[in-house]
Amino acid sequence: MKERLSSRLRLGLGIFGLAVFFGSWQAAVRLGWLPGNMVPAPLDLGPAWLAEVRGGFWQQAIQDSLGHYCLGLLIGSTLGTGVGLLCGMNRILDSLLEGVVRLLRPVPGLAWVPFAILWFGLSTAGATFVIAISVFWINFYAAYGAVRGVDPEFFELAAAFGHGGFMARLLKVVLPASMPGILAGLRTGLGQGWMSVVAAELFGVPGIGARMMQASSLLATDVVVVYMLTMALLYAITDFLFGFVRGYLLKWQP
Amino acid sequence: MTDATCVASLEQAGFSHDGGAHFVFRHVSLTLTRGEFVAVLGPSGVGKSTLLRVLMGLVQPTEGQVGGVACAAGAVASQAPGRRSRAMVFQDARLLPWRSVLRNVEFGLEGLGLNRAERDRRAREALRLVGLEQEGGRWPRRLSGGQRQRVGVARALTVDPDLLLMDEPFGALDAITRTGLQDELRRIWQQTGKTVLFVTHDIEEALRLATRIIVLAGGSPAHIVGEIEPTEAQRNPETQDFAQCAAQLRALIAH
Repeated sequence: MKERLSSRLRLGLGIFGLAVFFGSWQAAVRLGWLPGNMVPAPLDLGPAWLAEVRGGFWQQAIQDSLGHYCLGLLIGSTLGTGVGLLCGMNRILDSLLEGVVRLLRPVPGLAWVPFAILWFGLSTAGATFVIAISVFWINFYAAYGAVRGVDPEFFELAAAFGHGGFMARLLKVVLPASMPGILAGLRTGLGQGWMSVVAAELFGVPGIGARMMQASSLLATDVVVVYMLTMALLYAITDFLFGFVRGYLLKWQP
Repeated sequence: MTDATCVASLEQAGFSHDGGAHFVFRHVSLTLTRGEFVAVLGPSGVGKSTLLRVLMGLVQPTEGQVGGVACAAGAVASQAPGRRSRAMVFQDARLLPWRSVLRNVEFGLEGLGLNRAERDRRAREALRLVGLEQEGGRWPRRLSGGQRQRVGVARALTVDPDLLLMDEPFGALDAITRTGLQDELRRIWQQTGKTVLFVTHDIEEALRLATRIIVLAGGSPAHIVGEIEPTEAQRNPETQDFAQCAAQLRALIAH
């Protein structure tokens, strides 16, 4: 049975679900069902957060990670989308890169960390590199698939009206027609990017991930959870803002 | 051969998908004169659309020649400023869903060195001609099938082509919409004096619209089996002449 819920009801249910989640978590720790030294109680998170803010660690970590995130996302998304578009449009390039793509695609972002350290050192560039790589593939495949899915009859239309050249086809047909797919890729990348931030900062580049690693080595589980929630909040904000961009660019869609 | 009234021509043209082993059509010669409304009539799948695409320059003929304005063989592109020599209306309207109606009509005007205001003005003018001047800001998906096809016609007319090629433009519409659009196309043709090549498999549609009907039939390869210039009486569906002429065309198609 498929029911349609009003958006207000859905929001209310979502908040209620969160409240139940944190409530039962708090109860489980208080009642001793979960050992307090391994799982922090939600109500203890507030003081832990305040301590981080007072020390300035929280603001600094967010600032550093946002820098890695934005730069890595920008580079990875631009390159991934660009190469994906070109491969989707050009059969020769597509065939040429097919083997390389198959070779590199399965390598997880984490596996690049040693090279990031080797090539860039413990620097912003190293963290950015790891994030960019993991975002690259998502956008590459999204753009590639979107271009291959463009109705070939639009190309005939373009040729009939004097837009048969490469740039005209790219700008007047390929880009707008594959925009929904490209944006879906960008959106997935927004989430993947935050996940990669942790991996990228694991080895000591300052930021949220590095701060989490420090805290976990001191068994300060409450601080670890504070940064987990921080990351979730940052993702929610970026995804929310992206919704406006998407809505504007795809206003022609039903 | 430079004839000022010739708009486009085919000389012994043939088209093959496999480099000459099997021809879709072959030995097709025709000359389109300025101001004519020519219907290419033939059964489905006979190669009418391919013939149209050869004339449009979208595909090259495997043999023979395509002539452009003045019909010097090979001289397809003669582009006056702000114009395109040919324009096409597709069976499926083929509007770009991400462009508003007005921007769809402007599609062919882009890249001709016109500024935005000039493109807007010409696109609005074309929309007025097809009775959609109020709909410029709408998205194509909001339009009915008939309205979409009108936008397709406006998009083709706005580049002021020497030759307007139409590929079964009303084939997918319901009977009432189709008759309405046929009357309107006839009016637009009389108003603009455009040369039109109209592909259809509908005998009555060809008779109602065209000043000259070319029958393409035969199959593998198809060729021109006959040509008729209907009289005024033969164009009127109420008359006995119309029925007779239709029967004559039906016999030619079955050739």
